[in-house]
Amino acid sequence: MYIAASRTSDLAAGTDRKPALKRVSANVVALGMVSLVTDVSSEMVTAVLPLYLVLGLGLNPLQFGLLDGLYAGATAVVRVLGGHLADRWRRLKAVAGFGYGLSAVCKLGLVAAGSSVAAIGVVLAADRTGKGLRTGPRDALISLSSEPATLGRSFGVHRAMDTVGAFLGPLVAMAVLALSLGSYPSVFVTSFCIAAIAVLLLALFVHDRPATADRAAVSLRAAVGLLRQQDFRRVALWAALLGLVTVGDSFVYLVLQRRWEIAATWFPLLPLGTAGVYLVLAVPLGKLADRAGRWPVFLGGHAALCLALVLLCGPQAGIWLGIVALGLHGVFYAATDGVLMAAAGPLIPRDLRGTGMAVVQTGQAVARMVSSVLFGLAWTLWDLRPAVLVAAACLAAVALAAAIAKPVHP
Amino acid sequence: MKKIVLALAGTVLLIAAAVVYTVSSRHDTAEAGPAAQLTLAPGQLFYRDAATGRVGAVPLAGTGAKPQLSGLKCDRFAVAQQTAVCLAVKPGTLPAVTDVLVLDGGLGVRHTETLPGTPSRARVSPDGKRVYWTLFVTGDSYAQTGFSTRAGLYEVDTGRLVKTIEELPVFLDDKRYFAADVNYWGITFAPDGNRFYATLGSKGTTYLVEADYGRYRGKVLRENVECPSLSPDGKRVAFKKKVGEGGWRLSVLDLASLQETELAETRSVDDQALWQDDHTILYGLENAVWAVPADGSGAPRQLVGGAASPAVTG
Repeated sequence: MYIAASRTSDLAAGTDRKPALKRVSANVVALGMVSLVTDVSSEMVTAVLPLYLVLGLGLNPLQFGLLDGLYAGATAVVRVLGGHLADRWRRLKAVAGFGYGLSAVCKLGLVAAGSSVAAIGVVLAADRTGKGLRTGPRDALISLSSEPATLGRSFGVHRAMDTVGAFLGPLVAMAVLALSLGSYPSVFVTSFCIAAIAVLLLALFVHDRPATADRAAVSLRAAVGLLRQQDFRRVALWAALLGLVTVGDSFVYLVLQRRWEIAATWFPLLPLGTAGVYLVLAVPLGKLADRAGRWPVFLGGHAALCLALVLLCGPQAGIWLGIVALGLHGVFYAATDGVLMAAAGPLIPRDLRGTGMAVVQTGQAVARMVSSVLFGLAWTLWDLRPAVLVAAACLAAVALAAAIAKPVHP
Repeated sequence: MKKIVLALAGTVLLIAAAVVYTVSSRHDTAEAGPAAQLTLAPGQLFYRDAATGRVGAVPLAGTGAKPQLSGLKCDRFAVAQQTAVCLAVKPGTLPAVTDVLVLDGGLGVRHTETLPGTPSRARVSPDGKRVYWTLFVTGDSYAQTGFSTRAGLYEVDTGRLVKTIEELPVFLDDKRYFAADVNYWGITFAPDGNRFYATLGSKGTTYLVEADYGRYRGKVLRENVECPSLSPDGKRVAFKKKVGEGGWRLSVLDLASLQETELAETRSVDDQALWQDDHTILYGLENAVWAVPADGSGAPRQLVGGAASPAVTG
């Protein structure tokens, strides 16, 4: 039914010639703004946290890293819970807002935690819980506030705004450190204030989803029933399968660094390279997905990653190949992150949008975690180059199979 | 319209609050006081002054004396003979970049290496010919468990730089050990300038590695030994032993008999221990520098408050 709706809208959109941003709903722009401001806040903390832990508190981040790994699993559960509660209570905005608010308060919690490792652990766990809770309802809101035909563009705009925030975060943190003569609590307090602005923007400018005529009860059974629905199940499954053969970011950067022999000082800039390409391409690739089909673009992104891996292991190693590979890594993100949500959205009944989106994201995230472990193992057993080549071959095979299976029709 | 006014007012208010807090904390971190001209003359205890980040010194014989603060700011500091090393985070770099400053007897800068990461450990070999360090490296967000360590060294007289000893071939039970997640931290050199020890961390386990610098290979001696520090006589290693989650106990390992002795310090110590001489071990804990006998007897005693990263000139 939803597919049919999106097809008719597709035809209608063909004759429309309004400027790009105008065709994205105000709600999506508002949500993008909230994400942008929130990302400034969270990336500030992310940027200074290692410094704070090691120099400010004299902690051992390796230990902290182990602790942090434990939270990653818990976040997956929280994400589905957030999506489901939002659907159940018909309060997408409220649940998302609670998640944003919780993360904001946690920034003050970092100041309150002082030098207690246990307290810092609890605060960061709560912060990540907030992030997990808000993601599903937020993406559902974006999806429900958009024309089905321009979903890709909507997610592209949202993700691009999000990335701008991630770029600004470290810069703001540096400015605060400079202004306060190196006071970490100042960074946390500023981060809280910025996060509070985001919550304010959400409260004032984001509208909850429009009330639906269909008042069917949203129960756990209905949520499970979602997986019985063939279209949805196939998308979730293929997304997870592709996640399983996706080489994680940190590995890509490590391979890049080894092949490219870049000075280690520049290593932290690699993720910025990916993010830059992502920022530039998120909207154009989202539009392309609306026009040429979301699944082909999604798979195209995986092909870009596959190509990047092959380049990194090829006989030639040059700085230009490295830059091209990094660019392809950015293309991979721009063509997959929001596009998958745009592809899955129309397959999920409106009442279950939050749950459904969270399920797809969680399946993908868990698969990527498993993939990291497997790739690490392959690296240990076979050495770097064979491991990357095998990973690229697996990725190509699964992407090809997914192209043949075509779980998304339009 | 009302909403826009509300949003603007709220934003201005919150930004003003942040700026006020930030500017008012300048006062707490501002430095004061003239800089003393320190030298690496014998009989001194150097440390990092917690309040200012500057390197201070007191006589070892009377650590209660009024400290002299140099103008040098370091996050980690170490000395041996007429060589000192200072690890200092470059101000305003995120992710952090560290300057490794190799200093002469008058604390003048002889050489600078700029490396990515956050300072964790620093040492100078007993002959003063090598400086070595451990940095925490992170490029990703804390959500990705992205911490790892990079231990490297610099040969003062030849200028040779080893950015990381990650590629050191290591043997465990006579078999070459391979793993993608190999991390090293806390290097310590023997008086001969060739034998060295370090922590190897991999797959959740830490090992003590004994290595030959000239042949560039190492072997695993023992499990659960972190941040080794070799005694001046070269026969014992002080280290932190993991006891339960999140706790370490300072211990000394006799290399000939592999006998372990737990020291009298019962609090958890997360530092690379330092031998003041063959009988006394120094370490930083709870914002102070402490000393404890190396044979497990006695009790810890505080040497300097508001201090970290102890270093002594012999």
